[in-house]
Amino acid sequence: MAKDELMNYEKALEQFEVVIGLEVHVELNTNTKMFCGCRNEFGDEPNTNVCPICIGLPGSLPAVNKRAIESSISIGLALGCQIAPTGRFSRKNYFYPDLAKNFQTSQYDEPIAFEGSLEVEVPSGNTFTVAIERAHMEEDAGKLTHVGGSTGRIQGAEYSLVDYNRAGVPLVEIVTKPVYGAGAEAPELAAAYVRSIREIVKALGVSDAKMERGNVRCDANVSLRPHGQEKLGTRTETKNVNSLRSIERAVRYEIQRQAALLAKGTAIIQETRHWHEDKGATSSGRPKSDADDYRYFPEPDLVPVQPSKEWIEELRAKLPEQPAARRKRVQAEWGFADLEFRDVVNADLLDQIEETVSAGAKPQDARKWWTGELARIANSQDQNVTELPISGAQVAELAALIEAGKINDRLAREVLTYVLAGEGSPAEVVTARGLEVVSDDGALIAAIDAALAGQPDVLDAIREGRMQAAGAVIGAVMKAMKGSADAGRVRELLIEKANS
Amino acid sequence: MSELIRKNASELVELLKSREISSVELTQAHLDRTAAVDGDVHSYLHVGPEAALAAAAEVDRRRAAGEALHALAGLPIAVKDNLTTTDAPTTSGSKILEGWVPQYDATVVKKLRAAGMPILGKTNLDEFAMGSSTEFSAFGPSRNPWDLERIPGGSGGGSSSVVASFQAPLAIGSDTGGSIRYPAFVTGTVGTKPTYGAVSRYGLIALASSLDQIGPVARNVLDAALLQDVIAGHDPHDSTSLPESLGSMADAAKKLDVKGLRVGVIKQLSGEGFQPGVSARFNESLELLKNAGAEIVEVDCPSFEYAIAAYYLILPAEASSNLAKFDSVRFGLRVTPEGTPTIERVMAATREAGFGPEVKRRIILGTYALSSGSYDAFYGSAQKVRTLIQRDFDAAFAKADVLVSPTAPNTAFKLGEKLDDPLAMYLNDIATIPANLAGIPGMSIPNGVAEDTNLPSGIQILAPARGDARLYQVGAALEHMHEEIWGKRMIDFAPELEVRG
Repeated sequence: MAKDELMNYEKALEQFEVVIGLEVHVELNTNTKMFCGCRNEFGDEPNTNVCPICIGLPGSLPAVNKRAIESSISIGLALGCQIAPTGRFSRKNYFYPDLAKNFQTSQYDEPIAFEGSLEVEVPSGNTFTVAIERAHMEEDAGKLTHVGGSTGRIQGAEYSLVDYNRAGVPLVEIVTKPVYGAGAEAPELAAAYVRSIREIVKALGVSDAKMERGNVRCDANVSLRPHGQEKLGTRTETKNVNSLRSIERAVRYEIQRQAALLAKGTAIIQETRHWHEDKGATSSGRPKSDADDYRYFPEPDLVPVQPSKEWIEELRAKLPEQPAARRKRVQAEWGFADLEFRDVVNADLLDQIEETVSAGAKPQDARKWWTGELARIANSQDQNVTELPISGAQVAELAALIEAGKINDRLAREVLTYVLAGEGSPAEVVTARGLEVVSDDGALIAAIDAALAGQPDVLDAIREGRMQAAGAVIGAVMKAMKGSADAGRVRELLIEKANS
Repeated sequence: MSELIRKNASELVELLKSREISSVELTQAHLDRTAAVDGDVHSYLHVGPEAALAAAAEVDRRRAAGEALHALAGLPIAVKDNLTTTDAPTTSGSKILEGWVPQYDATVVKKLRAAGMPILGKTNLDEFAMGSSTEFSAFGPSRNPWDLERIPGGSGGGSSSVVASFQAPLAIGSDTGGSIRYPAFVTGTVGTKPTYGAVSRYGLIALASSLDQIGPVARNVLDAALLQDVIAGHDPHDSTSLPESLGSMADAAKKLDVKGLRVGVIKQLSGEGFQPGVSARFNESLELLKNAGAEIVEVDCPSFEYAIAAYYLILPAEASSNLAKFDSVRFGLRVTPEGTPTIERVMAATREAGFGPEVKRRIILGTYALSSGSYDAFYGSAQKVRTLIQRDFDAAFAKADVLVSPTAPNTAFKLGEKLDDPLAMYLNDIATIPANLAGIPGMSIPNGVAEDTNLPSGIQILAPARGDARLYQVGAALEHMHEEIWGKRMIDFAPELEVRG
C-alpha cells in the first residue's frame, strides 16, 4: 500500500472547507429475514439459515417481512422523517457471488422514510443539526471469505467461501444530506452521528446495534472545497469503518490526504476507499462514478408497501425518548458534572451506567468503575470498554460489596479481573476465591502487634497526633494479610491501642 | 390407440369416481401413448413413469379405502418444464439448468399433488419460455400433431402438443405474451391465461415477472375450467397473487348461454394482416355468437399498435434481471474457462455456453433498455404504453362484456421457417400480448380448420381483470355451438399419428 502524503490537519482546515456525508446501514434484529422465513441469526453455522428464496433458486419469489417494515417506519419516525404512503422496492442489478440473485432488492426512488433531521452533540459540547435525506429498506448480501492471497480481498485469493446466512437479512440504510460547517469537528461529528443512530435503534429495540458484528456499518463520504467555493469537491466514500473511533480517524485521514493532493493541484478521484484500522490509513478501492450503472427498475415481484396512517401513528406513539432528551434527563438524575458526563458519553457508556444504576449502584460509583478501572482494562487490551464481558448488574454488585465492607477497592479490582475471566459474578468470585476483607479484630490485632514489633515508636507518634505515622503500620498489616485487611478497621484498632 | 385417452378429462374423472377405471390404468394408458408417439412429437423433456404410477396407485388405494378425494384425483397431467418439481429435473428448456433437480415444488405442483393428480412428465418449451415455436428449446423442438413438419406453437409447444397428441388429458402452461394461447391456437386445443395473480407464480422460473401467468391447457373448455379451479387461489409466497377467489370456472363453463352478452370485436386485431382462412373462421364464430343472442360491437384500441414494441422492452428488461441468477455459483451448469478462473470469467463462460441465441438476444436488449441514458426512452416509454393499453381495455370493457379476436394472424408455420427472422417470430403474438400487458385474462379456443392451409384456427376471448369466469362461459358456449355444427370435437379432426415403439 503506497503511503499517502498528508497535510497537517490545522493547515488543511485553514485552506479547505470540509463536507461530509454519512450512509449508515442498520441491520434489523427481526426474527426472520427480509423476504423469506429463514432465521435472522448472527454466528450460526454457515449456510444453515437458507432457503430457495434467499439463495435465489429459480422460481422462488420474495414476500415482505411486515416486522421489518414496522422497524423501518419506527427508525424513520425517530429521525423525524416523513413516511411515504406508498413505496416500491427496486432491483439494483450487479453481479457478485455474495448476491444470490445478482440483484439486490432495495428501495431506490421511493424510500419508506425521507426528509428528517437529527441533533448531534460533539465532545466539545457543540451541537449540529444533521439533515437526513432518506432511510430506505434493503436486503443484505451473503458474507464472503477470501482464502489464500495476502490481503484477504478477492484479488489474489485462491478461492472464496460464501455464507448465505446473511443474505436477505433486513437492512435500513440511513443517508444524510451533505453536512457543512463542522470544520475541525467534522471527524467527531461523524462519530457522534453514528453513535446517535446506534442509540436510537437500540432504544427502539429494532437492532442489536453492535458495530463489531456489523449490525451498524458506516460509509463516510468526505470532500473538500476551498473556502467560499460553492461547488462541492469530488468525494471519496470510505467503507469498512467498524467502530466509532475508526470513523473519526478515517474522516480525519481523508481530510488530510485530500488536502495534500488538492494543494499540489492533483484532482481527487471519485472512488471507494477502504479503511485499515491497523495502519490508520485508507486505501483505494474500486473507482466509483455516478455512471455506475445498476440498471435500477421497480421490483415486479413485490407489490408496493402502503403503510396505513393508523399504523404509522400507532408506531409514532410508541417511540422512545430521543437521545438528546435522554442525555439531559440522565445527567440531571445522576447529578454528573458536565465534564464527567461528557466522558461517559464519549466512552459510549450511557447504557452501561444506566443499567448499573438501575441495579442499585450509586451513579458516581457506577461512573467511577466504568470510566476508571474498566476503561483502563479495556484500553490495555485494545478493546472497547462496552465490549468487556461484564454487565451493569455485575458492576452494581461489586459496588454493593464494597459498600457493605465485604471487599475494599484493591480487592474489588482483583475481583474484576476474575469476573472478566468468566469466573462468575463478583459475589461468586469473592466466595470462591476467599477474597473477603478480614475485619475479624483478633486476626487484625495479631497482625498489628507483629507490625508494631518492628516500629515501636509509632504508637507514641499517634498519641502526639502525628497520624501519618499510622500509614506505615497499616501498610505493613495490608502487606502481611495480602491486601485483605479492612484498612479502616486497622486504623481504628491502632488508634484504640495508642490511646489505651 | 386406447379409446380411453381420447376422452375428455371431465368424462375421465367420472369413470375414476365410479371406479370403472383405476388411476393406474389411466396413467399407464397415457404413458403407453407417450412411448408410442413422443419419439415423433417430442412433447416431453422428461417422463416420470415411476413417480406418476406411484401417485396413481396411492389415489387408487385411497379411493378403495373410501377416503374423500379431490374431484380430479387420479387424473394424470403434464407440467411445463419451467415449474419446479422435486422429483424430476427442471430445465426451463435451457442447457444452463440441465440436470438440475429443484429442492422445492412450485405452488401449482403442490396443488396438483394435493389433488392427487399424477404428474406424467415435464413438457418442452422454448428456452426460458422465449419463443413461439419451441425451436429455441436447447433440447430440440416439439412438433405439431396436426402436421409434424410444423411448429406446435411456443413457448408452451410441449404442453399443447402433449394434449393434442393424447399423451395427457391436461397440461400446465405459462403465458407471458401468448405462450399458452398461441400453442392452443395452432394445435386445435384450449388454453387460458388467467388474470394476473389468479394463479401463484411461486416455483415458476420467471421470464418476465410482471407478465408471467400460469394457466391450464386442455382439449376443451370445461376441462380447462376444471384445471384452473385446481391451481387458482391466493398464495402468501407470491405477493402479487390475488387475495380473493374468482369463483368456480367449471360452473361458468356449464352455463352455455351468451344471450344479451356484449361481444366486442377489436378493430386493431382483425382484418388486414390476418390470414383469410383465419379471418373466415373468426367471422363464422361471430355469426354463431350473434345467432345465440349476443350483441356484437366494435371496439377501438388505438394503443395496441405499440403493444409489441412495449412488450419487447418490458419483457427483456425484466428477463435480463431474472436470468442474472444463472451464474454457476449455486446451481446448474458451471464452465471453467482456460487460464485463471476468476469468478467473473467463470460466470461469463457459463452464461456464454449455457444460454441459447434468443436468450442472449433478449438479455442484451433488456440490459440496454434499463441502462442509464436509455431507461427513460425505452423502459420508461414502454411502461407508459402499458398504461395506455390498460386504458384502451378499460374503455373497451365499458362497451363490451368480453372482447374477441383471432388468437394469431396465421396458422402453424413450418419448423425453421422463421428461425432467422426474430421480428416475424415476434409478430405471432400480436393479438395475445395486450392481455399480458394489462394483466387481464384471455383464452384461445379452436374454431375450425382454416380452409386455405387445412390447419387449426382459433378465437381469442378476453375479459376484464378477475372476469375469468366470463371466458369460460363464452368459450364453452361457443365451443358447444361449433361442435353441434361439426358433429364432433375439434381434436377429432386431427390426423392419426403414426404409432412407433
